[in-house]
Amino acid sequence: MSVPRFWRKIPQRYNLEGTQCTSCNRTFYPPRSFCPDCRRAGETVPFRFQGKGEIVTFTVIRSASDAFAQQTPFVLAIIRLDEGPRVTGQVVLENVAEARIGMRVRPVFRRIGAEGESGVIYYGTKFVPDVPYPDT
Amino acid sequence: MTGIITYGAYIPRYRIKLEEIARVWGDNAQDITGGLGVREKSLPDLDEDTATIAVEAARFALARREIDPSKIGAVYVGSESHPYAVKPTACTVGEAIGATPVMTAADYEFACKAGTAGIQACMGLVGAGMVPYGLAIGADVAQGAPSDALEYTAAAGGAAFLIGADDPIATIHRTVSFTTDTPDFWRREGQNYPRHGGRFTGDPGYFKHVQGAAKLMFEQTGKSPKDYDYAVFHQPNAKFPQRVAQMLGFTPEQIRPGLVVPTLGNTYSGASMVGLAATLDSAKPGDRVFVTSFGSGAGSDSFDIEVTDAIEAEWFRRSAAPTVRQLLANPIYVDYAVYARHKGKIVMQ
Repeated sequence: MSVPRFWRKIPQRYNLEGTQCTSCNRTFYPPRSFCPDCRRAGETVPFRFQGKGEIVTFTVIRSASDAFAQQTPFVLAIIRLDEGPRVTGQVVLENVAEARIGMRVRPVFRRIGAEGESGVIYYGTKFVPDVPYPDT
Repeated sequence: MTGIITYGAYIPRYRIKLEEIARVWGDNAQDITGGLGVREKSLPDLDEDTATIAVEAARFALARREIDPSKIGAVYVGSESHPYAVKPTACTVGEAIGATPVMTAADYEFACKAGTAGIQACMGLVGAGMVPYGLAIGADVAQGAPSDALEYTAAAGGAAFLIGADDPIATIHRTVSFTTDTPDFWRREGQNYPRHGGRFTGDPGYFKHVQGAAKLMFEQTGKSPKDYDYAVFHQPNAKFPQRVAQMLGFTPEQIRPGLVVPTLGNTYSGASMVGLAATLDSAKPGDRVFVTSFGSGAGSDSFDIEVTDAIEAEWFRRSAAPTVRQLLANPIYVDYAVYARHKGKIVMQ
């Protein structure tokens, strides 16, 4: 990934910033500047997703590209956010066998990758199971 | 009056027991754990670093209280392990909590007290009316060379404190500092791990400066240890804070809520701040908290804090973020090989 390609999308990567149509309230992630339902009758404005949702489907990556090879095995999932859109994201689990369709997840801020030892570090959103913290 | 508006802590889930580190290096585990008073320490996940810890702590702080992030006019992150040598962690935090772009930001470095130095800077800006709120964070993925004494305690974690003047949950009545040029612990440019003066980090380093700042506070306020309900000291191990508390006249009960090092380890810039967060987790209105950090190099910052009624107000949702005890519960234990992988101690081609 080029550095400009990363920083131009920082609001989307860090804070799941998408858009919402002020006419029909449909939400979009990644952001769209045009509502396909309302067309000219609609206007899209920035919308920040809370990031909670559930796993629609997932796969376990065991053989990854060089940039992600040190993280294998990891779970890559399609997550339906509570506000509507589906996003693709990594689900951080103690054991990849824990992944389940329908699992509730919440967003966390993690390191996504880096351009080698001297390049830029890419941060962004991953997901973890949305379970209560233990009582102490 | 200036004080703490909200706070949050974050600790990664991974732990390694000290006996596992001792097994690898052929040390006597009982001597190590007994000498340090530490049983296990935290370590980051493969994709966690100081920036991710700082962001999670800041987001937990903001989960507890409804704050317009655009009013956070300053973000300071204190750490010995900023991901970049040049490019501020504080900018990443500011962006991730929605505080950018109308804010000042900087990364602080003063060994283990850079986070409390950030609190002091925020107090100054808020007190001068320059910003409504300032965010001070102490966070580290602490470094300790393989087989070095530091490796037994160097841990990962951090805490964030939002400083402001409108309805603080805890008023900071006063802060004082005690600083000298003492080479008790250092890391040169380009080096992966710090070096230290061994047992001399205690007397000319930790004990001199912690007592120096604490006694300065007592002189200026006319208060003594019996005037406080709780005390928090920098905790590189469990022995140092217990000993300095005793030297100053604090009781073991006063430091108990904030003494988290036995199952967390030393989170360097996060250490005293996580201890303060743990104390606030159970504090009641009217509780008086004495805090003294320590950073090698060397210096200490002392704080005279009083918890207000706001900590139990309906609009302050203490349970909206995990307590330090909750963050320490349910850990994932790893062996030394996995620990070395998580800490980047294995050289890859």
